[in-house]
Amino acid sequence: MQSYLYFPGCTLRTVAKDYDTSAKACARALGFELKEMQGWLCCGAVLSNVEDNLMTKAGPNRILARAEQEGDRLVTLCAGCYNVLKRTDLHAKLASPTQQSINTFNEDSYNGGVTVVHFLEVIRDQVGFDVIERAVKVPLKGLRVGAYYGCLLLRPSGEMKFDDPNRPSILENLLKRLGCTPIDYPARTDCCGSYLSVGSPENSQPMSGAIVKSAHSCGAKLLAVGCPLCKYNLESSQLPGAKNAPAEEFLPVVYFTQLLGLALGLRPEELELDTQQMQAIHEAQTRTLEGREWH
Amino acid sequence: MKRVGVFVCHCGLNIARTVNVKEIIEKTSKRSDIVFAADHKYLCSEPGQALIKDSIRQHKLDAIVVAACSPAMHEATFKTIAQLSGLNRYNCEIANIREQSSWVHDDPDKATAKAQITVSQTIEKVKLNEPLQPITVPVTRKVLVIGGGIAGIRAALDVANAGYQVYLVEKSGSIGGRMAQLSETFPTLDCAICILGPLMVEVYRHPNIKLFRLSKIEEVRGYIGNFKVKVRQEPEYVDVAKCNACGECAKVCPSEIPNEFDFGLTWRKAIYTPFAQAVPPAYVLDAKNCLGLLPQACGECKKACDQLGTACINLDAWQQTHELEVGAIIVATGYELYDATKLTEYGYGTYPDVMTSIEFERMLSASGPTLGEIKRPSDGRVPREIVFIQCAGQREPETALPYCSKICCMYTARHAMMFHEKVPDGQTYVFYMDIRAGGKGYEEFVKRCQEERGLLYLRGRVAKVYEENGKLVVKGVDTISGKKVQINADLVVLAVGMIPSAGSKELASTLKASLDANGFFSEAHPKLRPLESPTAGIYLAGAGQSPKDIPETVAQASGAASKALDLLSSPTLEREPTVAQVLESCSGCGICIPGCPYDALSLNANTKLAEVSEALCEGCGTCVATCPSSSLSLRNLTDQQMLAMIEAIVA
Repeated sequence: MQSYLYFPGCTLRTVAKDYDTSAKACARALGFELKEMQGWLCCGAVLSNVEDNLMTKAGPNRILARAEQEGDRLVTLCAGCYNVLKRTDLHAKLASPTQQSINTFNEDSYNGGVTVVHFLEVIRDQVGFDVIERAVKVPLKGLRVGAYYGCLLLRPSGEMKFDDPNRPSILENLLKRLGCTPIDYPARTDCCGSYLSVGSPENSQPMSGAIVKSAHSCGAKLLAVGCPLCKYNLESSQLPGAKNAPAEEFLPVVYFTQLLGLALGLRPEELELDTQQMQAIHEAQTRTLEGREWH
Repeated sequence: MKRVGVFVCHCGLNIARTVNVKEIIEKTSKRSDIVFAADHKYLCSEPGQALIKDSIRQHKLDAIVVAACSPAMHEATFKTIAQLSGLNRYNCEIANIREQSSWVHDDPDKATAKAQITVSQTIEKVKLNEPLQPITVPVTRKVLVIGGGIAGIRAALDVANAGYQVYLVEKSGSIGGRMAQLSETFPTLDCAICILGPLMVEVYRHPNIKLFRLSKIEEVRGYIGNFKVKVRQEPEYVDVAKCNACGECAKVCPSEIPNEFDFGLTWRKAIYTPFAQAVPPAYVLDAKNCLGLLPQACGECKKACDQLGTACINLDAWQQTHELEVGAIIVATGYELYDATKLTEYGYGTYPDVMTSIEFERMLSASGPTLGEIKRPSDGRVPREIVFIQCAGQREPETALPYCSKICCMYTARHAMMFHEKVPDGQTYVFYMDIRAGGKGYEEFVKRCQEERGLLYLRGRVAKVYEENGKLVVKGVDTISGKKVQINADLVVLAVGMIPSAGSKELASTLKASLDANGFFSEAHPKLRPLESPTAGIYLAGAGQSPKDIPETVAQASGAASKALDLLSSPTLEREPTVAQVLESCSGCGICIPGCPYDALSLNANTKLAEVSEALCEGCGTCVATCPSSSLSLRNLTDQQMLAMIEAIVA
């Protein structure tokens, strides 16, 4: 079985276990394995990309240096880790004086031998959407899904080169192959509030709430994401007590890997989908409501 | 031995600030081979030139070295004064101690030492210079104008009115260019086609202008004064001389396609007239969209035309190549617009009611798709709330165009004013970065639009445009109030930037003319020679050189025409005699021939030895370096001179 070196990151071991479990299950169903790299550590989250503090860059460089011992491609799932590791790699390949300082500081220096990719890119480029479409056992017919990308997968677009930052389409293209009906809604590229939810949720909640409302009004029955922080923000903005919480019924948020798994015929428990989420998915599929479709 | 004099210029403080001029004079005066040395604050000034002239006469000098700025700047000035003082002009040499010393070095001691070396080696060179006479070549007193927009039209008319033959080459079916598509022009609001139309007709009727439509430049050979040009003309299926533009052919044509003149807002047939005022006033057959010519599939147009007895359609026409000889070439290739679909945040191409300024312009035009009424493309409703976004994809070095297109502030003000005129109860919003209204009457025009028309100008950029409930939601920021703005608009107009015409790159390589970083034609000097390409004999006019408005384009076109006329004013042209010469030791091996970038070398049919065409040689020295037997030499830059100069440098 083909295997890809995989970096889970701390969130996927704690609040986003379902993302990790479902991605691994999908990989197995598609005939490859996500092999966890040895000795991984915290990527430092977005702090690592702060320009003026070299210390914060030591961690992700160490990760890449260790990954380099095991392979030349590193797969990530968390959008934050993907952003940090991909940009760390780009920085390392520039061979700047700051990179030399980091390499001198770290006991094992990174030589630029790793390509950092996102699981979605593996699905698209290595597996191929055509193969996915043929592998679908349970088409998710009638499921109106709003894809939400967040910022970390897409921006800064010049470095990430993942998709068009203003009009991304990779998630919708995948969802279509799974039988879903992707929904176009205006707020799909707006900011969810990011880390503001830690210190000042009164500012982040209206931001993610507006995204949920926008998706609702365009007929989405479900939101699909690839970032644990986005998922947290989109969900918590809908909870009772959140500022400007949407008046509409709760819009479930799932990882795209969970929808992929369902379409591939995996059982909900293999994908860590709970009863409430499954119920919402079933209800959404049985109801067809007017909404704008993705073109 | 030659009596050599040296003159050192202070160039105000440009040179004297870093280079110790007095020290150079002192050291140079002590040389036994120097008869006279002097300095002056500005050698190029009248008193400075008088100093040179008087010294040459007083000290009976045979040769002079002028240590000053780059020869590109004042070589001609000093050579001329040397000549007027009785010297051969090739016994005057320039030592560049400004661009190559004072301007580029900070340390005065080192800069002075370097300037001293520059002066010394130039003295060694001039001592061995031969007196030379310029080479005289004939000038073909005809001009080629590439591009039939307002720039090409103006330049062609100016040259033709002065009595010289002009070939005007236009790639489309009609001259007129972008200006023909405009409704009004700022700041006076004249109708564009009303002021352009008569000039187009004048071009067509002018006895000195030969117009080639549907044509492209295929090959350019030769040099200033003597270009040989091949023009490829697409098949002329419609005989321009016979066609009376009755339009019967188009009525029967079954093939209908979006009309590019209206940016797809209207339709045209495969046989069509580009626009009502087209010149030449003849129909054009668009072979790509015709149902088929080889083999012929339809032929309805020809039947209709033959029935009327006009018989001007020949479906078996073939493409033609015209070989022209001209002395000067004026490049007036104009501009296109940046592809707005690349600006995904504004939703152009996704939402039909987001349009570009030029599409809006067509809608304003009385002959446009809506006959001058403003309607939404999606549902034909008259918009009430309209948003103009200036600098769309401009001044954004990271993602789109880095430069300012200069005209958008003005036409957007005009568009907003026209909208207000046509929809008085509508509301106009203009997002801008800053208003650049430099030009006669421009600032007043914008102020008038803002104050009298109640247009709402918002200083800030738009982040996003999307559709919701039949409205376009424009989200932006007003940086003056510091607030986020959301406007629910009916129509959004993007002021996208100007980019060089699609064929510019190909044409530049055909002409051996250079382009700048943004793909516009480069000028020889940004301030002092803005009308000329660095390639001699090629002149520039209009937006193909840089974004500019109509008055500026017309001014530049007349300027370029007068530059060309200057060249044509004499039947002959003088060229620098500092070219390669073949020495007696040549064995005729021919190795030098393929290396010459100017095709100036050949083997003489009789002697079988290498021969230099002095009219073609640019004196680059490639052949000198190539020759295995050192049988080629550059006049006044011989090996002997080179060695003497090197000795002076390393001494």
